[in-house]
Amino acid sequence: MEWRQPQTGGMLVLIFIIITLPLLLDNNFHYEIAIKVCLNAAVCVGLNLLIGYAGQISLGHAGFFALGAYASAILTDRYGLAPMMAMLTGVIGVGLLSFVIARPILKLKGHYLAMGTLGMGIIISIVLNQEADFTGGPDGMSVGSLSIFGWEPVTELHWYWIVATFLVVCVGLSLNLINSPVGRALRAVHGSEIAARTMGIDTTRYKVLVFVVSAVLACIAGSLYAHYNGYITPSRANFFHSIELVTMVVLGGMASTFGAVVGAMVLTVVPQFLTVFEDYEMMVFGGVLMGMMIFMRKGLVPTLKEAIGKRFNDPD
Amino acid sequence: MFAEFLQYLISGVTVGAIYGLVGLGFSIIFNSSQVINFAQGEFVMIGGMATVSLISAGIPMPLAMLGAVAITTIIGVLIEKFCIEPSRNAPVVTLIIITIGASIFLRGMAEVIWDRNFHSLAPISGDTPINIGGAMLLPQSIWIVGSLVAVVIALWYFFNRTLMGKAMLATSYNRLAAQLVGIQVRSILLLSFVLSSALGAFAGILIAPIAMTYSTVGIMLGLKGFSAAIVGGLGNPMGAIIGGLIVGIAEAMTAGYISSAYKDAVAFIIILGVLFFMPNGLFGQKMVEKV
Repeated sequence: MEWRQPQTGGMLVLIFIIITLPLLLDNNFHYEIAIKVCLNAAVCVGLNLLIGYAGQISLGHAGFFALGAYASAILTDRYGLAPMMAMLTGVIGVGLLSFVIARPILKLKGHYLAMGTLGMGIIISIVLNQEADFTGGPDGMSVGSLSIFGWEPVTELHWYWIVATFLVVCVGLSLNLINSPVGRALRAVHGSEIAARTMGIDTTRYKVLVFVVSAVLACIAGSLYAHYNGYITPSRANFFHSIELVTMVVLGGMASTFGAVVGAMVLTVVPQFLTVFEDYEMMVFGGVLMGMMIFMRKGLVPTLKEAIGKRFNDPD
Repeated sequence: MFAEFLQYLISGVTVGAIYGLVGLGFSIIFNSSQVINFAQGEFVMIGGMATVSLISAGIPMPLAMLGAVAITTIIGVLIEKFCIEPSRNAPVVTLIIITIGASIFLRGMAEVIWDRNFHSLAPISGDTPINIGGAMLLPQSIWIVGSLVAVVIALWYFFNRTLMGKAMLATSYNRLAAQLVGIQVRSILLLSFVLSSALGAFAGILIAPIAMTYSTVGIMLGLKGFSAAIVGGLGNPMGAIIGGLIVGIAEAMTAGYISSAYKDAVAFIIILGVLFFMPNGLFGQKMVEKV
């Protein structure tokens, strides 16, 4: 009964870590990593709702991330929109797009769904690469700074608070959704969609809902990333980025909101150390991916939870 | 006008045959294990790269090609033994990520052993084009299409006339029943990886003289081969080949008449179109979900 876990406790721990973390971060490079962890984690929390809870894989979420980023870049730069307005427009656009494609795409199952979402992501990536008049093509384009009702984040610490707040909101949203009737319906879909439908659950509606929520979270994260980074290239939309996101979710542990956060943290921080190996970076990354999935199939957080549970609880 | 069309058709069929060969690899592995092997594209890359380096080591071309296929097959076997077999009962998402991990690992390894440069390979029988109705036909294209036909005939014979092939088909229809009549399901799984990696390497060697070979060549070739397999209906070997030809020809026509910039998108647009209207591909069996 994993949904009876004290989720509020986990939330408090997360907030505690976020508040105390700046004490340990002592240069801009550390902040940069922390900010990237928060953004990736936010995307993964959304993606985990789709993959972990509803059991629907997506190999194309980098596309939504990049659309959010480019919406901010293009609307502020070429059309002079205020950053918050641009972000909102991006959210509405991606929300509509994901809503329209959700129905036909979520009708697919298993490998076909993987291929459908993958195709969608690659088409977005190709469009971003080719429409150079708008997007600057493969070289990318620069993005102006964010401004929230006149206030502009300048230091890395400002940015840290913005993305950390965004992450906490995402986690809160996810936990709420999971513990609501929607969450129970989703778990039923994951278990057996036909059985769920027999019980009177409108499975399509819930799958579409989660697809749109996860796409919108990825879109907002992309928009924040674009403003923070000040530059965006179509590589953020590519297949490999989508894979990275899915891997974070699976590595941390599917159907575990905090697992998604941990997975995002590990896979954002570890590659920073792998650069020491330079040429061997890809080999190590691929090897870790295989090894983790073969030997720790459930992912980090559920495996650890089980190990700790065994030690402290009576063995049942 | 007609010469132009013929030219696009020739290049479409050539590249489509390669997609078909790669798609065939996806189908064979999927049939015996229900696994989509995302490292299939890396087999293609290793086939091409290994041939280039064996030739530069002074080994004559036919031997180098055989050697490259052998090397790729060994890698395929290792992947099956150490990645797929220990995860027999893992969910689909986990298996997808394992094979993606394998593909990243192999790509990284290729960059360590070889390099990130583009390598060319000499065509099998020269590069003097043959003029057909105003269109240019490269001898290599004939080799590619001829090889595809040979592979199709060989596979047909294998699946329909040999005990091993029939055992493989039986396993794909019903694993448990196959096991009950004494078929070694594990060796069938291994065999499917042997076949697929050899086919992949073969495709990689054939396409290298036309499209060069490099460490990341497998990404797009693999994904398009996957598209071919899906268009034709996963698990249907002939479907994969027809799917490959459809994707290849559509791609060449788009590049010729519409826009070469969006050539790479064609395969994926076809995929979405086919999947939206025929969720099991053109020739796929209808899947029935059991509760």
